[in-house]
Amino acid sequence: MEEKRASKGSGGAIPFLIGFVLSAVFLWIIFPQVIYCQKDQPIRFSHTVHKEQGMECSGCHFFREDGSYAGLPSNEQCAECHTDLMGQDPAEAKYVKEFLEKGRAVPWLIYQYQPDNVYFSHKAHDGFECTDCHPNLGDSDTPPPHYRNVITGYSKQTMKMWQCERCHAEGGVSNACYVCHK
Amino acid sequence: MSHGHAKEFKVRWGMVVDVDKCTGCGACMVACQVENNISPMVRQDKENYLPSMTFERDDPSNKMRTLTWLMVYELSNRKDYPDHEVAFLPRPCMQCGNPACVPVCPVVATDKNEEGGIVSQIYPRCIGCRYCMAACPYHARYFNWFDPIWPKGMDKALSPRTSVRPRGVVEKCNFCHTRFLKAKERARQEGIDPNELPEGYYTPACVEVCPTGAITFGDLNNPEHKVHQLAHGKYAFRLLEKLGLDPQVYYLTKRDWVRKQGDNYLANEEPHAKKH
Repeated sequence: MEEKRASKGSGGAIPFLIGFVLSAVFLWIIFPQVIYCQKDQPIRFSHTVHKEQGMECSGCHFFREDGSYAGLPSNEQCAECHTDLMGQDPAEAKYVKEFLEKGRAVPWLIYQYQPDNVYFSHKAHDGFECTDCHPNLGDSDTPPPHYRNVITGYSKQTMKMWQCERCHAEGGVSNACYVCHK
Repeated sequence: MSHGHAKEFKVRWGMVVDVDKCTGCGACMVACQVENNISPMVRQDKENYLPSMTFERDDPSNKMRTLTWLMVYELSNRKDYPDHEVAFLPRPCMQCGNPACVPVCPVVATDKNEEGGIVSQIYPRCIGCRYCMAACPYHARYFNWFDPIWPKGMDKALSPRTSVRPRGVVEKCNFCHTRFLKAKERARQEGIDPNELPEGYYTPACVEVCPTGAITFGDLNNPEHKVHQLAHGKYAFRLLEKLGLDPQVYYLTKRDWVRKQGDNYLANEEPHAKKH
């Protein structure tokens, strides 16, 4: 009886394989889509349109006098041009009507937003290309969707600690905890 | 110390506190709490309150449960009037050269590794075992017994420079470390070498706020910084110097009885100034 059951057990390979394939499909293809919640930017901001007007990157993204970095322009900066509608684009109309006129800051979704206990200095990384870390939005007409991890709440593109550490190690920069943590 | 060799740093941030100048006003303690997002103790957690199931939090005056990264102690010479004298001794983390807390940490949540010699504490890594608190002879480390609660409106005044800590982790003074990072950033912007910060670029909150100027801060290794001279002066001493932890915080006093309370001297022993 014992031997018979053991030989019969080889027939279980097919259900096992089916189960294996199903779980592989689930974990590789479905699960990553489930944990990331896709969201579009509140305003369809076109970098190309602004570049066509002859604007420089540093007009909006610049270092302040104390070395801190102004990543996103404020409403006041936008209002320097957008006091009234400048074009026909519905995205601009939406921005002026819903945010500028109401004095509300645009809740831009930041692709690289880091946790609270991480300190990042743009000034210290001045020598790198922006696109080494950030998606190349400068040439985009429609900003790419933002993927938020529903478990952690962070963006899919947020740089992971091992990526920071690897680059620091390769560049001979200290990896002491307090270099990046606060 | 028996545990390995102390790490050498080119820059050693240090503090010199003139005990004779300290009036015990407590402004440094307040500045520290604000800068480092330390919540005031609230007796009742209204958000998570279930009658008969929730214990009330401790009394705000219970110093065993509150967080005071910088603590001002009152010292007394224990003599009767008219000979009675008091002194006030602010106690931050000593940022020891041979920290007692670092080798005992089982998860490397605390380390002395960064240029400047500040002992780091990484809250998400801390498992709350509190070995470091037991090891620290200065009682400079504090445990979060409760989640922080800010009274309504006060959460709007939180500093974005410091991360907030949850219940169950240990924290301590870090010489307002993000101010150091900010100072390096400013130096880079101005084209100055961030590893040779001029005096005054990096100042912790307690030093900045002290109304009598009792606290001086700077690089102990740099002869151009005022702390270098003060720490090597005649009236300088350190707390529990006999333990050999090599603290980066120095105290100044001209009063022998104050100096005597800074270490465990024998009754017939004369307290001595720092040896070089």
